[in-house]
Amino acid sequence: MSGTDQGREVEGRRAVMALCAEATEGELARALDACGTPEAEDIRVPEIGLVMATGRIGGDGKPFNLGEVSVTRAAVRLGDGRTGFAYHLGRDRRRARHAAILDALWQGVADRGGVEAALAPVAHRRTEVAAREARRTAATRVDFLTLARGED
Amino acid sequence: MYVAVKGGEAAIDNAHRLLAEVRRGDPAVPDLSVAQIREQMALLVDRVMAEGSLNDPDLAALALKQARGDVVEAVFLVRAFRTTLPRFGASEPLDTGRMTLRRRISATFKDLPGGQVLGPTFDYTHRLVDFALAADGETEPAAEAAPREDAALTPRVTDLLGRDGLIEPSPPDDGAPPGDITREPVDFPCDRATRLQALARGDEGFILALGYSTQRGYGRTHPFVGEVRVGTVAVEFVPEELGFPVPLGTVQVTECQMVNQFHGSRSVPPQFTRGYGLVFGQGERKAMAMALVDRALRAAELGEPLASPAQDQEFVLAHCDSLQATGFVEHLKLPHYVDFQAELELVRRMRAGFEDRREAAE
Repeated sequence: MSGTDQGREVEGRRAVMALCAEATEGELARALDACGTPEAEDIRVPEIGLVMATGRIGGDGKPFNLGEVSVTRAAVRLGDGRTGFAYHLGRDRRRARHAAILDALWQGVADRGGVEAALAPVAHRRTEVAAREARRTAATRVDFLTLARGED
Repeated sequence: MYVAVKGGEAAIDNAHRLLAEVRRGDPAVPDLSVAQIREQMALLVDRVMAEGSLNDPDLAALALKQARGDVVEAVFLVRAFRTTLPRFGASEPLDTGRMTLRRRISATFKDLPGGQVLGPTFDYTHRLVDFALAADGETEPAAEAAPREDAALTPRVTDLLGRDGLIEPSPPDDGAPPGDITREPVDFPCDRATRLQALARGDEGFILALGYSTQRGYGRTHPFVGEVRVGTVAVEFVPEELGFPVPLGTVQVTECQMVNQFHGSRSVPPQFTRGYGLVFGQGERKAMAMALVDRALRAAELGEPLASPAQDQEFVLAHCDSLQATGFVEHLKLPHYVDFQAELELVRRMRAGFEDRREAAE
């Protein structure tokens, strides 16, 4: 596999992971259902931990530690040996495990379309919410005028 | 000095049972759900996340419920909880330049590329108590408008000034991992990254008062709000087993770019200096105060005279943590009987000596 193919593969996987990270537990359960709810064993039992979130001084400079975020991770193996991982903000173990199974499924090229279709309702909701948020924010856009100062 | 005591177990147990009942309040009034606190006391939740140094809205809301709304107690619960968890690693630095904006204002440029958006703000409200809120009134839905074409292009104000060299650039990333006050004790003097970590989790009231003190002349820095932005950013983390940045989800943060007093010398043309604030959640007051104090703490680096509390990093950093402060102040109420007995004896002996000397003189 060439470097760009690999890069594209990682981007595709990251896009699915990003979608799962913003999905609710119920949405992921429904997506798994649509994929036939494959059997999976835990490589790592879903676990809650921390990631130190870092920022940059001035927004673009040297990194500093902003504070931690709670994260749940899960790792699973499907019957055919495919493995999947999930790292999510928050403390929902079931949600992370569902996402790890979807990630494992996505490792098979033949299953990619199915996984992405099963997550389409999440993508749709995310787009709707983002668009509504953007419209509500846009309504508060302000144009300040500077008044001419009087003689003093 | 505190000397351990024993006994009182039954009274302590009963006090905690009483606390649980009092915490619940009048049982005729419906119990608050964690989701209600998270959604309707959102700024309080944000403050607990910032000072608890742990972004987890549900946990912060639960801590507030347990703490009867006491911020420092809730921070204590959150900090205690985090000590029970393993740390998987550090995130990729948050890219605030790619924030999905809910609010963005500048006090220095009115015509900002991407525009200014007020978002959900208390600014320009009349601060009249709204009695309709006590009467279960419906809220009017928010207005909507089509975003203008440039709405997604929102460079930082400091980038605009930076193009012409009118403002100092951010300190460059040298690749070294930043100091972590949760892992190593702070050695003074400490670098700016370490100071920002302490300020980000510092008590809002304390940081606010120090920032205010610089405005009133105790370490003046002539500040302008270059920009305040509130919004969501993606958090990414590279797990060892995957080797690429995994998107974990998004968090809300508030960033303040303060543009300060300019400096110049024979070799360096005059340029504005900067202070920086970044906090979890919507915490504008905290982010602004943090930026003021960050700039004040750079006094030594910028060759300014050191004369004020906000410029003294040991004073600021050693006292800005609400949990440390409350621990030492509140420990005074624990039994100090042995210690106090010793002092009582001493005062009695000294008084006896005083009386003897006075009688001898008469």
